[in-house]
Amino acid sequence: MGQKLRGVWVIAKKDTGIYYFKAPVLIFGLVFPFFLFLAFAIGRDISPLFLFPGIIGITLFFTASSVGPIIMPWETRMKTLERLLSCPVSIQSILLGDILAGFLFGIIISLVPLLFGLLGFGLTINNLAIFILGILFSSFCFSSLGVLLSSPPTDNPSNIMMLSNLVRLPIMFISGIFIPIEELPVAGKIIANFSPLTYTVDLLRYVFQGVSYYSVTRNVLMLILFLIIFLVSGMKLHKRNLAKRL
Amino acid sequence: MAWAIEVKNLTKYYGKLLAVDHISFQVKEGELFGFLGPNGAGKTTTQRILTGVIEANDGDAEIMGYNIQKDAFNAKSIMGIVPELANPYIDLSAWDNLMLMGQLYGISREKRNEKATLFLKMFELYERRNQKVKTFSKGMKQRLLLSMALISEPRILFLDEPTNGLDVQSARFIRNLIGELNGEGVTVFLTTHNLEEANQLCHRIAIIDHGKIATIDSPQNLRRAFQKMQSVEIGFATPFDRIDLLEKLIGVSKVKKMGDKFRLYTEAPSRVVYELTNFVRDNSLKFTTLNTLGPSLEEVFVKITEEHIGWDYEK
Repeated sequence: MGQKLRGVWVIAKKDTGIYYFKAPVLIFGLVFPFFLFLAFAIGRDISPLFLFPGIIGITLFFTASSVGPIIMPWETRMKTLERLLSCPVSIQSILLGDILAGFLFGIIISLVPLLFGLLGFGLTINNLAIFILGILFSSFCFSSLGVLLSSPPTDNPSNIMMLSNLVRLPIMFISGIFIPIEELPVAGKIIANFSPLTYTVDLLRYVFQGVSYYSVTRNVLMLILFLIIFLVSGMKLHKRNLAKRL
Repeated sequence: MAWAIEVKNLTKYYGKLLAVDHISFQVKEGELFGFLGPNGAGKTTTQRILTGVIEANDGDAEIMGYNIQKDAFNAKSIMGIVPELANPYIDLSAWDNLMLMGQLYGISREKRNEKATLFLKMFELYERRNQKVKTFSKGMKQRLLLSMALISEPRILFLDEPTNGLDVQSARFIRNLIGELNGEGVTVFLTTHNLEEANQLCHRIAIIDHGKIATIDSPQNLRRAFQKMQSVEIGFATPFDRIDLLEKLIGVSKVKKMGDKFRLYTEAPSRVVYELTNFVRDNSLKFTTLNTLGPSLEEVFVKITEEHIGWDYEK
C-alpha cells in the first residue's frame, strides 16, 4: 500500500512540475474566473454573498479539471506513457497521481478568489468544517471528472479539449451560479441535479450566506456520489482503452 | 535451471485480431536473448505483456519467478526497460528524468544521486545534466533512456530496438554496453530488426512470425539448420554471363548474379568448388575470388518469415 501511495505522490509531483505550474496554466486559472466575475457583476446589482460562492465554485471547477483531460493524450503523443507504465506503478496509480495533482492545483488557485472575497468584500466563513469538506470533495470530484474526460484513446490533446469544453461549459450554466436554483424553472431545477457544481456552489452559499437550497448532507452525499461515478468509470475506461492508446 | 523469463501459452487479441498466438519459451538467467520478427509479427506486443504494460488474454509469464499479471509490482521492480516507442520527458532535465525514475523505483535519495551521477558520466551526458531533454539529439535521448533503465540496477533488461535510427558511434556504444552488462550477469531480452546486431550479441534467438514462435536457437545453429542456403561465390577475371552453364554444374540448386560475382546455392559446397575449378580450367577462364558462404542470419530470417516454414523447422 505504501509503495502504491508513493507512486501516486511521485506521479502527482511530476504532473505538477511539467503541466500545472506553468505560466499560461496559472494565468488562465486566475484570469478566466476573473473575467467571468466581471461579466457577472458589471451592470448588475448583485450581493457579494451571492457572487462569491459562484466565483469560487467556477474557479475550483475549471482549475481542478483543467489539465487532467490532456495529460494522458499528451503523454501518449510524447511517448512517455509507455515508459511510465513499465515502471513499478499501475495505471490506477498513474491516474490517481493525475487526480491528486488536479485536486491540489484546484484548491491552491481557488484560494485567490477566496482571499479576494474575504479581504476585499468582507466575506466571512460561517462554518469552516463544512467549507473544508465541500472544497476537498468538490476538488477531488472535479479532478476525477478531468481524468475521466481523458479516457478516449487518442494522442491528440485538442480532441480531448473539445470534448472537455463540450462537457464543462454547459455544466457552468446549469448549476445555479448565474440564477439561484430556487428561481430556476422546474426543468432547470431538474437539470441542475445532474451537475456536481450545483452542490459545490450550494454548499458554499451555505458557508457564506447561511442558507442553501439543498441540505448540507444532500450536497455532500451528491458530491461523493459524483466522485465515485467519475473515479470508477474513469479507471475502468482508461484500463479498457490502454492497449488501443499505445 | 533458473529461468529469467518463462512464458507459457501467452495469447493476446486486439479485437478479433490474434496478435500473439499461444507462444511459449524460456530465457535463462544471464542469457542475451534476441527476439526477431517482421513488422506486425507480435514482437512489441509480447514485450509489452512481459513488461506489464498491457495484459494478455490468456497464458502466463513469469519474470524471475514473479507472475507479471498477478505480481506486477515485484516483477517490474527488477526490470530495466527501454521501449521502442518511448521518450524521456522533454520538459525535464536529464537529471530530473533520472530522479523521477529513481523515485518511481523507490530508490533512496542518496543512491539516486550516486547512480544518476555515475550513469550520466558513463553516457557522456553529465555536462548537460541540467538542460532540458528537448535540446538533446536522438542519440543522447537514447543514452538517457538507457540510464533511466539502469538506475534501478535491474536483473533483467528489456530493450526494444535500442539502436534504431542512431548514428554509428552511438549504436556501437550501446551495443558494447549491452555486451558488458550481460557479461556482468544481467539477463537481456533484445527485440531488434537488426540481424547483424542479433548475430553479434545474442546467445539465442527467437523468431516470431504471425504471432507464433517460428524457431528458437543460437544464431550459429539457425544458420547450420539451413544447409540448402549454403553457397559458393565466384568472381571471374574476364567478363562472363553464362549463368545457364553454372546452373548445370553438379550439386548446384540455384545461381544468382550478385554484382560482378555469381552465388551458387548448394547443400554440398565442397563438391561445387571441385566442379567450379574443373569448369574454369575446361573453359580457359580465370577466377578472381572463390569463397564458400554459410547462410547469413538474414537469409535464414527471410526464409522462415517469408515462406512460413518455421513450424516445419521446429517440428
